[in-house]
Amino acid sequence: MKRASRPLAIYALAAYLFLHLPLLILAAFSFNESRFTVWQGFSFRWYTAAWHDSQLIEAAINSLIVAVCATAISTVIGTLCAYGLWKRRSPVLSGSLYLSLVTPEIVTGVSLLAFYQWIFRFLNVQLGMHTVILAHVSFSIAYVVIVVMARLRTVDGALEEAALDLGANEWEAFRYVTLPAVLPAVAAAALLAFTVSFDDYVITSMVAGVDSETLPMVVYAIARRGVNPVVNAISALLVLGFGVLILISERLRTT
Amino acid sequence: MKRLRAWFLAPSWTVMLSLFLFPMLIILAYSLLTRGTYGGISLPWSVESYQRFADPIYLGILWRSFWIAGASTVISLLLGFPLALFISRAGKWKNLYLSLVILPFWTSFLVRTYAWMFLLRDTGLVNSTLQKMGIIHDPLPLLYNDGAVILGLVYGYLPFMVLPLFGTLEKLDRNLLEAAADLGARPWATLLRVVLPLSAPGIRAGVILVFIPCLGAYLTPDLLGGGKSVMIGNLIQNQFTTARDWPFGSAISLALMAIVMPLLIAFVRRDEEGLL
Repeated sequence: MKRASRPLAIYALAAYLFLHLPLLILAAFSFNESRFTVWQGFSFRWYTAAWHDSQLIEAAINSLIVAVCATAISTVIGTLCAYGLWKRRSPVLSGSLYLSLVTPEIVTGVSLLAFYQWIFRFLNVQLGMHTVILAHVSFSIAYVVIVVMARLRTVDGALEEAALDLGANEWEAFRYVTLPAVLPAVAAAALLAFTVSFDDYVITSMVAGVDSETLPMVVYAIARRGVNPVVNAISALLVLGFGVLILISERLRTT
Repeated sequence: MKRLRAWFLAPSWTVMLSLFLFPMLIILAYSLLTRGTYGGISLPWSVESYQRFADPIYLGILWRSFWIAGASTVISLLLGFPLALFISRAGKWKNLYLSLVILPFWTSFLVRTYAWMFLLRDTGLVNSTLQKMGIIHDPLPLLYNDGAVILGLVYGYLPFMVLPLFGTLEKLDRNLLEAAADLGARPWATLLRVVLPLSAPGIRAGVILVFIPCLGAYLTPDLLGGGKSVMIGNLIQNQFTTARDWPFGSAISLALMAIVMPLLIAFVRRDEEGLL
């Protein structure tokens, strides 16, 4: 088979520049001394400004709490779900997981808002961190199931049968045979769920209360008013942070 | 085993039923109710919200959404196919090249959209560079139009096109290409009459995977369209916030789901590997 031809390689280079250059330029200009798009020297001033912005820090802490809680819950539930589906298929459950993945975020957001408002008629609660966390759990489970399921497919089911023959009960067969085999994928899934949760704006903005503003919500509010160097700095940090998490996740998933 | 499996699936069933399927039923009920005096919903039951689709304003937004999502999908296919072809022929570098496509996809959708605001605005890098080079005098209106929205969507969802295309191109039987060459087909003829038809499953999957999120896009038209390029997603958001017409917002949401569901079913039917 002949190798990729030269024009194709040049095209690919252009495509990769298209994919990566906008983020790299944005990151570079976050170190710009000037607030305008003219390079006036290297500076950390926008990072300092972001650090001293109490609204941003508070929102970042909120995002962290939401993402950690949602990740913990959805990783456990999603892993158990993948295992159950691996044992025997359930078209209805798989179908709804698929559907949750492709449902436009705005539809998920408004349906959750409508659901919360309806249920609040009977309960004395309001929108807040808990409603955001539950919303995030509902949309991140599908990601966890897919990643863990991909790994389960490579596991030999006969190993569990051997464990059962040797006197393990079903729980022990799961706990000591299959789970260790898929643990790297579970960790990869958790990292993925964390980035998806930390980054979400659309669904969060619909179900957040006054005390549960997340970082993407604040960034969005500033960005809508126009370009702001502080947002450039936060963007660069997010790209770096997510990039590292995803690289680790990919490594875990493929080892 | 049966009992343990039931316990394992119970939490996900609970979450999916209560936080996904049931909320969908709620908006189905809301879409058939009437708008309350102070927003919210009230009786009587009516199909009025669905009748409002006939209004030319809303038909226009629907048409615009289809147009923008369709254009984004076609452009993604045209840009993604050669890239997937390149990766599938990259030998040992395949995985690296593929990761380079996926990586930006996972780095904050919000930031990636914002990056284009930064580049395209009147005083952005593109305009200021062109002005400095003396090519233009006044800044070009690059941001806040349909073109910017399409660019943002293509940028956002290109990986969804490249991944399934790569999947089919990689599995392509190389002998067929050699056979075509032996029989005298030029490279272009081989591409158009052998490679392209054989990658139809990947094209179909990629088109569905890109078209669905583009059609329901909210963030991209809001930030890059700047209120001028309203799509279905923005209309829904508006009904639930500013306009406070929840029944109508619910009806639009369900209409959108009615378009998404058949596409999803078409995708799952053909998806031999089965993600789940």
